[in-house]
Amino acid sequence: MQLLTDFILQRSVAEAVMALVGLAVLFGAILGYASVRFKVEADPIVDQIDAILPQTQCGQCGHPGCRPYAQAISNGEAINRCPPGGQATINELAKLLDMEAPSLDEEHGEESERPNVAYIREDECIGCTKCIQACPVDAILGAAQQMHTVIAEECTGCDLCVEPCPVDCIDMIPVEITVTDWTWKRPADDTEIAQLIATDSGERRAGAAS
Amino acid sequence: MALPQITSPHAHSQNSTGDVMRLVLLATLPGLIALTHFFGPGTLYNIVLASITAVTCEAAVLKLRQRPVAFYLRDYSALVTAVLLGLALPPYCPWWIVVVGTSTAILLAKHLYGGLGYNPFNPAMVGYVVLLISFPIDMTQWALPRTVLEEGQTMMGPLSALARMWLETPVDAYSGATPLDLFKHHDGETVQQIYASEALFLEARWAGAGWEWVNLGFLAGGVYLLYKKVFTWHTPVSMLLSLGLMAAFFYDGGSSNSGGSPIFHWLSGGTMLGAFFIATDPVTSATSRRGKLIFGATIGVLLYIIRTWGNYPDAVAFAVLLMNFAAPFIDYYTVPRGYGHEKSRPGRGS
Amino acid sequence: MRKLWDIPGGIHPPEHKEQSLGRSLIDLPLPPIIVLPVSQHLGAPAEPIVAVGDKVLKGQLIASGNETISANVHASTSGIVIAIEERPLPHPSGMNGLCIVIEPDGADQWTELPSCNDYRQLEPPALLERIQAAGIAGMGGAGFPTAVKLGSPLKIETLIVNGTECEPYITADDMLMQTQATDIVRGIELLSFLLKEPREILIGIEDNKPRAIAAMESAVKEAGNEGMEVIALPTKYPSGGEKQLVQMLTGREIPSGKLPAQLGIVCQNVATVLAAYRAVRFGEPLFERITTVTGEAFTEQRNVKVRVGTPISFVLRAHGYDPKHASRLVMGGPMMGFSIINPEAPVIKTTNCLLAPSLQESPPPQPPQACIRCGLCAEACPASLLPQQLYWYARAEDQEKLKAHNLFDCIECGACSYVCPSHIPLVQFYRAAKGDIRRHDIDKKHSDRARKRFELHKERIEAEKAARAKAREEAQAKAKQRNREKAAPTAGKKAPPNDANDKASLVADAVAKAKQAPVTDQKAKLERKLLSANDRLSKLKQKLLETEHSPDQADAIRARIKEAELVSEAVRNQLAELPKDKAPVTPKALAVDAVKPEQAAEPSDALQNELQQQLVLTRKKLADIDPADHDGAAALQLAINVIVQKLENAKTQGPAGTSTATERASNIESDAITAAMARTLDKDKVQD
Repeated sequence: MQLLTDFILQRSVAEAVMALVGLAVLFGAILGYASVRFKVEADPIVDQIDAILPQTQCGQCGHPGCRPYAQAISNGEAINRCPPGGQATINELAKLLDMEAPSLDEEHGEESERPNVAYIREDECIGCTKCIQACPVDAILGAAQQMHTVIAEECTGCDLCVEPCPVDCIDMIPVEITVTDWTWKRPADDTEIAQLIATDSGERRAGAAS
Repeated sequence: MALPQITSPHAHSQNSTGDVMRLVLLATLPGLIALTHFFGPGTLYNIVLASITAVTCEAAVLKLRQRPVAFYLRDYSALVTAVLLGLALPPYCPWWIVVVGTSTAILLAKHLYGGLGYNPFNPAMVGYVVLLISFPIDMTQWALPRTVLEEGQTMMGPLSALARMWLETPVDAYSGATPLDLFKHHDGETVQQIYASEALFLEARWAGAGWEWVNLGFLAGGVYLLYKKVFTWHTPVSMLLSLGLMAAFFYDGGSSNSGGSPIFHWLSGGTMLGAFFIATDPVTSATSRRGKLIFGATIGVLLYIIRTWGNYPDAVAFAVLLMNFAAPFIDYYTVPRGYGHEKSRPGRGS
Repeated sequence: MRKLWDIPGGIHPPEHKEQSLGRSLIDLPLPPIIVLPVSQHLGAPAEPIVAVGDKVLKGQLIASGNETISANVHASTSGIVIAIEERPLPHPSGMNGLCIVIEPDGADQWTELPSCNDYRQLEPPALLERIQAAGIAGMGGAGFPTAVKLGSPLKIETLIVNGTECEPYITADDMLMQTQATDIVRGIELLSFLLKEPREILIGIEDNKPRAIAAMESAVKEAGNEGMEVIALPTKYPSGGEKQLVQMLTGREIPSGKLPAQLGIVCQNVATVLAAYRAVRFGEPLFERITTVTGEAFTEQRNVKVRVGTPISFVLRAHGYDPKHASRLVMGGPMMGFSIINPEAPVIKTTNCLLAPSLQESPPPQPPQACIRCGLCAEACPASLLPQQLYWYARAEDQEKLKAHNLFDCIECGACSYVCPSHIPLVQFYRAAKGDIRRHDIDKKHSDRARKRFELHKERIEAEKAARAKAREEAQAKAKQRNREKAAPTAGKKAPPNDANDKASLVADAVAKAKQAPVTDQKAKLERKLLSANDRLSKLKQKLLETEHSPDQADAIRARIKEAELVSEAVRNQLAELPKDKAPVTPKALAVDAVKPEQAAEPSDALQNELQQQLVLTRKKLADIDPADHDGAAALQLAINVIVQKLENAKTQGPAGTSTATERASNIESDAITAAMARTLDKDKVQD
């Protein structure tokens, strides 16, 4: 024993190695404990992505629904393929995934200003049930030879029902703003105003406009 | 007939950013008068040159950024930066010092960050620190106050001051140590001894010839701004209080280790200029009342520490810049308790 | 003197109140038209109960608020309803909304009003009912239905009567208190009775209205009510905000997201108190109100009694409004009012002021400069928020941060915008951000629902697929077994199985099966079979003619003709054997008949298998279906019948159904499923 101690004390290399190993074990244990004790229960990334996607289930991204797209994004697919969500969704996704926000890939469709809702012109409906089968959220009510109607509350505006309709009696109507759901618009901020008044003489005009 | 859609409120107070800045400029007058009276016209020249440089830089940048020049110049913020820097620079420093400092302040510290309102650091202090680090010799030569000039010497006239500035004619006799320098290099003397031996203190009532009046001048201007509600009392008062407490704590009965009395610290160097004109810069300071108290108090502590144990003669610029770093952090933890909330939750809002 | 508390922040804008106090209160004449929006209050719009062309009397109920939070609307004069349509509303959006338009007949004839001499004879619920019937909504500006506010089941300890009127320019409540103090105090006594005598009744009035304070004090003294106290508050905007007034008078804060009633406090505006009194005492609905018409763009500034529904343009003309001098037209005060875009919009229950400031009084807004974080806004904020932080987050659209910084505690008083030296429209940013967050929350709810429904939809599809696959397997197994059984007796013979014989046995099977069915069905089936057999026979004969030159095929066809003749014969016999039941042919049979002609001519085991599977599947569904779901069961039964029919067709005639026939069958099947599905979904919805 004495010999061993002497051996260690005489050789600084051994001393250093022992000290380092000891530290490694100690900190390893602390880190290990901390990772168990302070484990952060986070949603799996797919759920988080899915929560951001607008759930129109329109398939414009090329996937049969929002969740499959969320899955694809988590596997590295581009995040700019969701026209219904538009730039806002892309920005949120970029923030979640900590990446630069690209602009919307126009190949998959254009962002529409207002959400749409499907409307069946009921006089023309022949009751073929094709739209019912196409609807990803079962928001169309009806039976064979019976007039169909859209549950507007549940319609996501995906327009998947429009194409299968043999008599083209489904219209996508933008949801109208009424007095009850009208909101104030965000005013222009100082940098936007500065762009508005590119010249000093335009200042008065901008003032009047804002 | 369609009428204009204008959002409320339909009434507005009379003040504008330009008004606020003009008030600040006005409030520097007592201090400026004291500086000119005791140290000659050097500071005036600094301010004029700095202002010209600042406005030129500002206009050029605005033009480059395709912003309406007159609209932005009218907020007077460039002038305020220039005047504050001009007040802080030593009188009779070479012209290029003023130009380099001011353009650094306007271009680097202000517009590179997006212009007024977006700069994280006080532009004037950034300019000052850049100069202090780059040209320490020019920046630490301060003129002697009128009252301690030797027999036969008179104040530098306007012309010789100009010559000194532009031709850099050496005038060693006119410059010397500041009270703060004396304390830093007091070679084991007690406070009593320093006060008894140095002309700067012999000619002074409380803290240092000339300097005490300069500081009192800025104090007067600051009180005027407080009265005008340009800022609240929180930052300056907490800063002066903490500085005073530090000084009192380390006064050590005036021994040879003493850092100087609270009165000495309050009326020396850039204390009052810093407390009322620099630390209160709204853009770069904390926003809530509690935040301002912490912000000011920490500046006071840092000011004393750097002054007494640091390498530089004065420390307002460093203390303020350090706390500019911390301002967002302070804001994060000092969100006030909102109406109808039990208590504020740090960092989350109340 | 009662202890008062201070509120944080607040501002002292120029008051401009004398402008409208110089002239006495008058009645505005009857306008040529009355436009009454059905939504003049917070909550659900009222529903019109009159029709175009109806004659209505003054005070008559014309639209009733049926929801919990809603308010009735009454005609404010007698006349004819000339339209019920969308008209411009006095609303910040400047949008149109449903209005009842009355052309006055000039008689101004009252409807019969239920007066009440002593309300103390009535129970509180009856009183509430009277207030509710009168359509009274908060007249201070918010328009919350008064009966709902007073109907809280919580015990009220403090009744606060709000006579602060802290907005500049407005003097409507001031004028009301000066002229009708006695009735207001009676109204307060009424509310006190209704609220079961609160411990204290505080009447808060800003100290810039000495005449109103004097009038109210003497009225209170006259009434001799000990618990009632008139309190002069220091003038400071926004002391009239409900939360601020509660804080100033009681020192308590209404917890965020709670109502004053939860602290045992109820706040009522003086004008509302008076309206409630008149509603109970005289049965008078809320049909007119005092409105301040002020601003230098009017030649005549004063307070007027205006009928609700009077077009604003009419009020403007009556007071010498000069559009050239007006910088804008505002409904409400200068701090919280909104600009009116179309002056044809009417005066409503909440219109306490019409303000037309001159360009000097209210210059056009200046372009905003950068925020210098001066903190004046935070100093002015009565809710102790950090407006400059909220502004940054609103610009960045950081909704989480906005919520964390209590954006929703902002009362939009405008104090921050008022003091901002950079002229930033702060309140506007907050309003927009609030709107965005609300919409975002709604969208979020919507998308969560869509996600759930999509998942259910997928589950359903999966389940159906699985069931179909299972049924197919079972059917295949069965078919195999049957084939084995059939193959066994002929295993010895090398010769191919005799088609005709085989078919004949199938026919026999089918016939046997058919016998088990009810007689009428059987008859229909047999008739149909006969029809199809004959049809087939003729088709085959046709084919035979076409294939004369090909002896092999001709033989085969001849064999089939023979077979078909047999079938036809058998069916005819069976039909003859049936009891003479003259029951009408069922619709099902007709439906199937419709399918039948589309069936073509090749025998196919595959088709039979498929039909079998469908049958099994559909039967299974029928067994699984909710017993209460009669429609679904019926639909499935229909599908089963169709499939059975087709199966028998296939068996008896051997021909494969054409693709159309199969599709039809499967369509019918899927229709039935869809119908059932839709119903189940509906049930889910109800349960939700």
